[in-house]
Amino acid sequence: MRFKIYRYNPETDKKPYMQDFVLDEVTDDMMLRDALILLKAKDETLTFRHSCGEGVCGSDAININGSNGLACKSRLSELKQPVEVRPLPGMPVIRDLVVDMEQFYHHYRAIKPYLTVHDPVPEVEFKQTPEQRDKLDGLYECILCGACTTSCPSFWWNPDKFRGPAALLQAYRFLADSRDQSTAERLQELDGPYRMFRCHSIMNCVNVCPKGLNPTEAIHNIKKLMIKDLI
Amino acid sequence: MSIKNLERRKFDTLVIGAGGGGLRSALQLAEADAHVAVVSKVFPTRSHTVAAQGGMNAALANVLPDNWHWHMYDTIKGSDYLGDQDAIEYMCRSAAHLVYELEHQGVPFSRMDSGKIYQRPFGGQSQNFGGEQAARTCAAADRTGHAILHTLYQQNIRAKTHFFDEYFAIDLIKDKDGFILGALVLEIETGEPLLIEAKTTLLATGGAGQLFRTNTNAHINTGDGLAMALRAGLPLQDMEFFQFHPTGLAGKGMLITEGARGEGGYLVNKDGERFMERYAPHAKDLASRDVVSRAIATEVREGRGCGVNADHVMLKLDHLGRDVLYKRLPGICDLSKTFMHIDPAEEPIPVFPTAHYTMGGIPTNRFGQVVVPVDQGEESIPGLYAVGECACVSVHGANRLGGNSLLDIVVFGRAAGNDIKKYLKTNRHHRLIDEKSVEQALAHLKRWDEPVGDGSESVNELRAELQKTMEDYCSVFRTEEILQQGLDKVLSLEQRMKNVRIQDQSKVFNTARIEAMELENLVDLAVATVKSALERKESRGAHSRIDYPDRDDVSWLKHSLYYKEGHRMDYKPVTLKPLSVDSFPPKPRVY
Repeated sequence: MRFKIYRYNPETDKKPYMQDFVLDEVTDDMMLRDALILLKAKDETLTFRHSCGEGVCGSDAININGSNGLACKSRLSELKQPVEVRPLPGMPVIRDLVVDMEQFYHHYRAIKPYLTVHDPVPEVEFKQTPEQRDKLDGLYECILCGACTTSCPSFWWNPDKFRGPAALLQAYRFLADSRDQSTAERLQELDGPYRMFRCHSIMNCVNVCPKGLNPTEAIHNIKKLMIKDLI
Repeated sequence: MSIKNLERRKFDTLVIGAGGGGLRSALQLAEADAHVAVVSKVFPTRSHTVAAQGGMNAALANVLPDNWHWHMYDTIKGSDYLGDQDAIEYMCRSAAHLVYELEHQGVPFSRMDSGKIYQRPFGGQSQNFGGEQAARTCAAADRTGHAILHTLYQQNIRAKTHFFDEYFAIDLIKDKDGFILGALVLEIETGEPLLIEAKTTLLATGGAGQLFRTNTNAHINTGDGLAMALRAGLPLQDMEFFQFHPTGLAGKGMLITEGARGEGGYLVNKDGERFMERYAPHAKDLASRDVVSRAIATEVREGRGCGVNADHVMLKLDHLGRDVLYKRLPGICDLSKTFMHIDPAEEPIPVFPTAHYTMGGIPTNRFGQVVVPVDQGEESIPGLYAVGECACVSVHGANRLGGNSLLDIVVFGRAAGNDIKKYLKTNRHHRLIDEKSVEQALAHLKRWDEPVGDGSESVNELRAELQKTMEDYCSVFRTEEILQQGLDKVLSLEQRMKNVRIQDQSKVFNTARIEAMELENLVDLAVATVKSALERKESRGAHSRIDYPDRDDVSWLKHSLYYKEGHRMDYKPVTLKPLSVDSFPPKPRVY
């Protein structure tokens, strides 16, 4: 199987380049992560992040044949050759497929991703009906891999101001939680022309999310809450 | 890098590892205004706590009658009586409070119609000291670890904990009086070392599942903290007890939660027989993990395995119905479809016992203090703590119950945080750093910076050989002969490490260098595991010797201690006395 992989080592390379690799030992059930590990065994300078290998840690989001996804969940037999592998777009490259995620994490921290409760807490659990809990499905499962945010043109244009789909999905995760008591503050925080309203429903985020989540819908729901808040 | 221009930072507490244990301790300390640094070789939410599926045990009695005393009994029985009963009482008593606390912090637990937290049955659980099945495992679908890890990280963001993300810990710094003064760490992005001085250091680096070829663990689970402890001259406890999870995806290793059987799934052999009825007539598929793993291995060994190679059994779930499956177990449905092209609502999943959890570890007491034997008792190592999978309290003894590890990390993460607060009150100043110890740690790093070995060996090949050796010589069933061969092999691997040279000598994000140091750690832990297994001449929990098939409480009701120097073994008694209730004396263990 043939691969074209983005290479850049700041210590030795003046600029990035694409390197061709060929891998013979490919089987039907192999994922792209397996291939990268085998290629690294041949050339240990090939650098990428990976860990759990089952799509829950979110380490190995990369750009595969032009689309963002997790290496560990991308089946080789379903990829067009040569498989073109690049780092997540729009992020500073540290080395090869490893990007600096700080901007992404900054927006996540900025939406205050933690439950806020002002009332005294009970000595047992907060009661939450199954229906209330169902509202968190499709939101809490985010693995912070960055595939969505780095596929979003609005984020490419305004990476410092637009929170991006991942952070906004998490913002809604807390707005949708029956236990959270800072709806007004959260909505106010997202108001203004950039933080959320740069979203133009392009829906790249929905197409690439390896967990099947829908940030566009979450953003839409936040807008509905804002309107409700106005009236 | 010379010692003179080494960058140095100072904190009250250094936490190494950002899984549930590290993050829970860090939170306790940050909220007490201690100056705390968390060092993690991956971004915190990538830590392996994220992969825990089924849930966390606590006797909330939301579904069926329950109390912490029954939970305590089950945990002791599950441990095959090797667990320390004071620590187990403490853990089971604290459990409910800790679950409520996590819920208040935002964990999206699944719910019952009453609005209370949903609890599912899990292996080894009973009501009323060995009676009917209990339902004690608090679950967020089958993504409980993810839910808990993300929530704890979020709480640390709120508490403004200081994080060093993508820093690799190299060695502990220790002075002549035996105090631990922090650690030398490596910033992966720049390749530069950093000395973090701390009045207290907490190891929360997780387990060493990468010892085995097929495992449920992440690439990062290389037992770094355990090996750091060994290199600092400390022993490791009960390393022969490695848990094989009954249901890893056959041939691949991804975990299929015990919750699948908790929700009503069951195992069948090639004849379609529900074989657990023969091995555990009462608990059946919800017997302890060691029991179920041995049963599966026996079925396959005796020719009743499934598939063309007759090398696995099947986990049947389709009778539960698509709605229940996708509601309660969405994660494993996704896993099964992604990696096996199997929809569990229609077909059974091929499974086989898979290396999963390090029961052994750095010996600690229930305050998280690292303890070592002296003359007639034991004493703590000043300034050093350990929690979670890298620690051995021991609440899991010879076999951990499913649902007790998420509990372990938060209970002892908090306990260690509290004890560190006390320690900091009486130890208000940083001790003078021991420069010799720093030099030693730098020399360890330098070994990989320079082309030292002759290059006849590679990290990749040695790791593959090590993992294969552990799988072939230190698996579910063991004998003297096989273990002795295994020990010879891992000792020769230890020698061959000297010949390894890494080709990549660059600094920036050099993962080849990190993997070399991780392999160094794994090799030390392989020797610890095989040596401890060879010496223990009985069968107990996960350690199953064909040549010594019975538990021997007269000679072996004791904890193993392995020291790196001279591969020496020592032993210490099991604490059979709980804190407040009567002891549960050892008795035959049937499910």
